Amino acid sequence: MAAITLKDVRHSYVANPVVDEDWALKRLTLELADGGAYALLGPSGCGKTTLLNLISGLLRPTEGTILFDGLDVTDATPEARNIAQVFQFPVIYDTMTVYDNLAFPLRNRGVTAADVDRRVREIAEMLELDDMLRRRAAGLTADGKQKISLGRGLVRSDVNVIMFDEPLTVIDPHLKWVLRSKLKELHHRIRRTMIYVTHDQTEALTFADQVVVMNAGEIVQIGTPVDLFERPHHTFVGHFIGSPGMNVIPCEIEEGEAIVAGHRIATANAAAWRGNGKALELGVRPEFVTFTDTGIPVDIVKVADAGRHRIVETRHGAMTIKMLVNEDDDIPSGKAHVAFDPSHTQVYEDGWVVENEAGSR
Amino acid sequence: MSLELRNVTKRVGADVHIHETSLVFETGTFNTLLGPTLAGKTTLMQLMAGLERPTSGEVWFAGRNVNGVPVQKRNVAMVYQQFINYPNLTVFENIASPLRVAGVAQREIEQRVHDTAELLRLTPMLQRAPSELSGGQQQRTAIARALVKDSDLILLDEPLANLDYKLREELRDELPKLFEGGERIVVYATTEPTEALLFGGRTATLSEGRVTQFGPTSEVYRQPADLETAQVFSDPPINTAPVTKLGSEILIGGKIKLPAGNTAARIADGEYTIGIRPHHVTPQAGGNGATVEGRVLIAELSGSESVVHFDLNGYTWVSQSQGVHPFEIGETARLHVDIDRSFFFAADGRLIAGGE
Repeated sequence: MAAITLKDVRHSYVANPVVDEDWALKRLTLELADGGAYALLGPSGCGKTTLLNLISGLLRPTEGTILFDGLDVTDATPEARNIAQVFQFPVIYDTMTVYDNLAFPLRNRGVTAADVDRRVREIAEMLELDDMLRRRAAGLTADGKQKISLGRGLVRSDVNVIMFDEPLTVIDPHLKWVLRSKLKELHHRIRRTMIYVTHDQTEALTFADQVVVMNAGEIVQIGTPVDLFERPHHTFVGHFIGSPGMNVIPCEIEEGEAIVAGHRIATANAAAWRGNGKALELGVRPEFVTFTDTGIPVDIVKVADAGRHRIVETRHGAMTIKMLVNEDDDIPSGKAHVAFDPSHTQVYEDGWVVENEAGSR
Repeated sequence: MSLELRNVTKRVGADVHIHETSLVFETGTFNTLLGPTLAGKTTLMQLMAGLERPTSGEVWFAGRNVNGVPVQKRNVAMVYQQFINYPNLTVFENIASPLRVAGVAQREIEQRVHDTAELLRLTPMLQRAPSELSGGQQQRTAIARALVKDSDLILLDEPLANLDYKLREELRDELPKLFEGGERIVVYATTEPTEALLFGGRTATLSEGRVTQFGPTSEVYRQPADLETAQVFSDPPINTAPVTKLGSEILIGGKIKLPAGNTAARIADGEYTIGIRPHHVTPQAGGNGATVEGRVLIAELSGSESVVHFDLNGYTWVSQSQGVHPFEIGETARLHVDIDRSFFFAADGRLIAGGE
């Protein structure tokens, strides 16, 4: 097991990087605690796979150092870093039995037969594969095979870190629930450092204790799922996390209060704004918008039934405000007024949240 | 105009891919085929398109038996999970290709390609090669090609499955708008219950080669005809357990006693399977109900909601609620069951009571 440190790491796939865009990964410093469950979350091309490959040693960073438990591994090979990886598509030997597939990473490292047997049975039991150990892997369903892949990643007790690269992308929704909770349970039991890479917010938020949100080669925010939901540091985080994402509305600030379309809006942080002429926006999640008697007048343009709640799209002029309404609550028809929960309404300046005094965001 | 499957079956060797199915799709409707992988969604679409011939039964289109009519002779467009575009053609030519094949005049081609590109927000990309586009733009190009030729039937086979989560959300929002008001039948296949719900329209649930129910989406979701439909149409999976109904009480798994509530009050005493969706089992009280206790197996906090997997006397149930409700693994959770929202199924799976 290991704590992982990336210090002033930058990476470029270009020979002589000059401009900002040449850097696939902009300069970052990141600490991952020993035994933590982390997710790297972001859209395609955000740099999350580059970051993963730097940690695993498949790539050497253009600049900076990588430490495992304080030891410089920047030039160490993937083998020397002693990591396990699980990929999007199952990597297994079809001709081998489930047992031999699980045993393979151990036998490869000369673990004694007795220890192999003990570990394989332990992992098989956790993944509910114990009744099919003697079966050939070829005959299994897609999720069965991916379970074996997960098992192969988890079977060694001596790895520094286990990395998952979009492991559930090809799995049906029902089985995703099962495998995701299995993984969460496994982390709880074995407390190994785990890094989970995904573009799927649900997977990231339910698996990880800490989520690293990335965009355009940069880390935008690191936080618990609750932090990311309640206090997005950037409008990108607000938009990317949440379904639908946060409403981002142009606003002004007068005397420490936000003004949207001529309406004064109470916020958590407008008073802290010091005014430097940058673009101002107000961010509020659809979960924190409610119908009221007064407030911003809107037209209701669309109601979509999502089962446990409905997604209501409202419009004020050119501005769209989305809100979530519980399945039992009434929705007015045509025209209505909406209000925002002040403690969950924040002002953003050029995309970044306006910080309250004492640096608290 | 309608597309009709009359007692259609599809067998390959000894395997039954589609059990006897009869369905009618009307023009101007958006229809979702919802079911897990291998439920038969793709096969059903191939039968509709004429890519496959049914083993028995007939496919009728606009009052005509089209069993022997090959796909080329039908006015059908398909969009697949993999983005399929001509790599050596520009986006413009990709979209124009079905019109060129149909021998449409150049002037009209230009008009229609531009209109369709505008609708799909591809106008700035028209002169680029597909490889220069993002995944979402590539799939929009494929959708534009399906839209441009004014097909009578558009089949979309999990078209968003390979896209990033956020892009999927965006296109999911756009798709029904694109097809609004058109004189065509749209059929969309997905494994995701949420997608079916958000599209609205009509949904057919599939399980193991059988269509279990077909009707207005929210009706299929809220009044599933049987247990299988309820299971296919729930994400997270619906909680189930065998129950005994006795007078004004129900007994879950022979042990846990709950008031029967208004739903079960109407049914005869006996053995049933209870089904209740996870968002009707919550840490806070609401509705008519009862409290159950169970050992917490896993607790997930996604920020906006809390999901708790717990052991209810040998059955794993899931609670899903808004807000942050932390639970420790191993602790005993007290959860509120909104009993009037539950379903009761007979031994053969039929819905006996429940549903709004």
